[in-house]
Amino acid sequence: MRPAGKGPLDSLYFDYPRFAARRVPELDGSTARHPVMIVGAGPIGMTAALVLARYGIRSVLIDRKDTFNDGSRAICIARPSMHILERIGAVSPFLEKALGWRLGRSYYRGEQIFRLEMPHPANEKYLPMYNLQQQYIEKFLHDAVAASDLIDMRWQSELAGIESHEDSVSARITSPEGDYWLDAFYVLAADGARSPIRSMLGLRLKGDNYEGRYVIADIRMDHDFPTERRAFFEPSGNPGGTVLIHKQPDDIWRIDYQLREGESEEEALREENIRARVGAILADVDHTRPWELEWWSVYSANTLCLDDYRHGRVFFIGDAAHIVPIFGVRGLNNGLADAENIGWKLALVLHGEADDRLLDSYSPERRGATLDVFANATKSTRFMTPPTRGWRLAREAALSLSLRHEFPRGLANPRQMQPYTYSESPLTPYAKHDTGFAGGPGCGSVAPNARLDDGSHLLDHAGNGMTAIVFCDGQPAAEQAALLNQLRRIDKRFVSLIIGSRASVSGAKAIADNDGQIARLFAAGPGTLYLLRPDLHIAGRWNAVVPGEILKTAAICLGSETP
Amino acid sequence: MSAMQFEDFESAYEALAMAIDAAGPEREALFLTRLALVLGHELGDISAFRKAIKTALEDLE
Repeated sequence: MRPAGKGPLDSLYFDYPRFAARRVPELDGSTARHPVMIVGAGPIGMTAALVLARYGIRSVLIDRKDTFNDGSRAICIARPSMHILERIGAVSPFLEKALGWRLGRSYYRGEQIFRLEMPHPANEKYLPMYNLQQQYIEKFLHDAVAASDLIDMRWQSELAGIESHEDSVSARITSPEGDYWLDAFYVLAADGARSPIRSMLGLRLKGDNYEGRYVIADIRMDHDFPTERRAFFEPSGNPGGTVLIHKQPDDIWRIDYQLREGESEEEALREENIRARVGAILADVDHTRPWELEWWSVYSANTLCLDDYRHGRVFFIGDAAHIVPIFGVRGLNNGLADAENIGWKLALVLHGEADDRLLDSYSPERRGATLDVFANATKSTRFMTPPTRGWRLAREAALSLSLRHEFPRGLANPRQMQPYTYSESPLTPYAKHDTGFAGGPGCGSVAPNARLDDGSHLLDHAGNGMTAIVFCDGQPAAEQAALLNQLRRIDKRFVSLIIGSRASVSGAKAIADNDGQIARLFAAGPGTLYLLRPDLHIAGRWNAVVPGEILKTAAICLGSETP
Repeated sequence: MSAMQFEDFESAYEALAMAIDAAGPEREALFLTRLALVLGHELGDISAFRKAIKTALEDLE
């Protein structure tokens, strides 16, 4: 919602472009079958299209609107998402515009009780978190979409019906230019929390709804405070409700405040009440200068997801598949990981390199990630919006003790999550080898990064297919070289990074590790091999070359062998 | 873990009664919850804490 007299897209800082509907070949009789149809050009749908384009796969991307989503919505981009944006070639404008951060503070009755410090190893390329309004996220992704010859972007095109066939999916599209049928081998449903495709296919989200409601308000003000997450429990500016404050670019600030139990939502959302509450909250943080109201909305926490993210040839990604509470900032970030996960798998299948069964790993991997978010988010949601008297009393007891004691303070940790680990996935068949390592990243987790002597980062050199990180003493051993040759034969995108090599190695990237920092990061010695998937999750790790297991793992990830 | 000597336990009982009165009816629930969290933390044993909750929850009139 926006202040009286303003239209839904009248923003203080963002000019919404308007995109026209185009006359498309289907209206003139074309019946070409497209490799992939993506429904919904929000951040997740556009990212999926860009991941496919990275592999040379064409897609048609439709959206019923004529511009980006209204309001700032999802504003926190986590480090793994920055890597995804980098791999699809879109990260530069994000780095330029977004506000990076790693710190936060929680207050109880005005006193600071918790200092949030998200880990930021010196080797990492990106900060743990970046704040950026969703309109900019969509704009930057759309700039990349528009620059791609492989993405057929169709605005003002609404999916009105869907028919599944043995070897394709047909969708009825309505647009101002006319109605037509669009055929595709696969459909990615990125059509949001109220996904029409989900309803058309008779599927339902399952899970829990939480009681507590939050108002989300964006304001513009000249306010001197660093980019940190601030949480206020029992603040005098919003008695009986929690408040969150985040900084965004363009002097825009996000104020989230919890409504009191029994408070009327309709009343709370009236402009004068928004202004009064926000004013009181700002007075509480000593902001007495003028401020302008930009946009507001209301939110309640849910943990809902589909039983299966795959329905034949239709895959659900982002909010269409799962709705998570905002407090863990995993809505957007999980959706981006969905888009990347299905993107590389679908690309291999459409290139005819992988069996369709590779796609069966999408739902267990990404639904597993959602359930993991639920487990953490449920804890933070109960803390942010205690559902019953018992939870409220326990929270008040813990918060009030936090003023003078250390032990309860961790309860105020927002648990901004680390990426999910695919250790149980069929694509991680030898996770048992983790026991042979004294540390380092486990099977299924995202590979850590390392800064190299030339200023680049280790993961900059990873490929679009499988990547092997091989540790050696001076030069690769004969058996390592032989294995790399075999991997090269089964994966044309294969990249190998030879750590500790003093000479260049033909067909591989040799990386000196003079002070041993990369070896320490990976708990590796000469002979150790890490195998990375296209999404840079670790498919397996071995302390010595075991050709059968390593080749089998690569083949499973590439879909040429089934687990 | 050994239980308290009776004399000490009786002192604990008296101290608790007086503390509940000191907290007052408005704050007694908060006080008792804080006390439980402090004791639970100092106990350092989640199964003993759960057992104590179960014991205290049993036969509540």
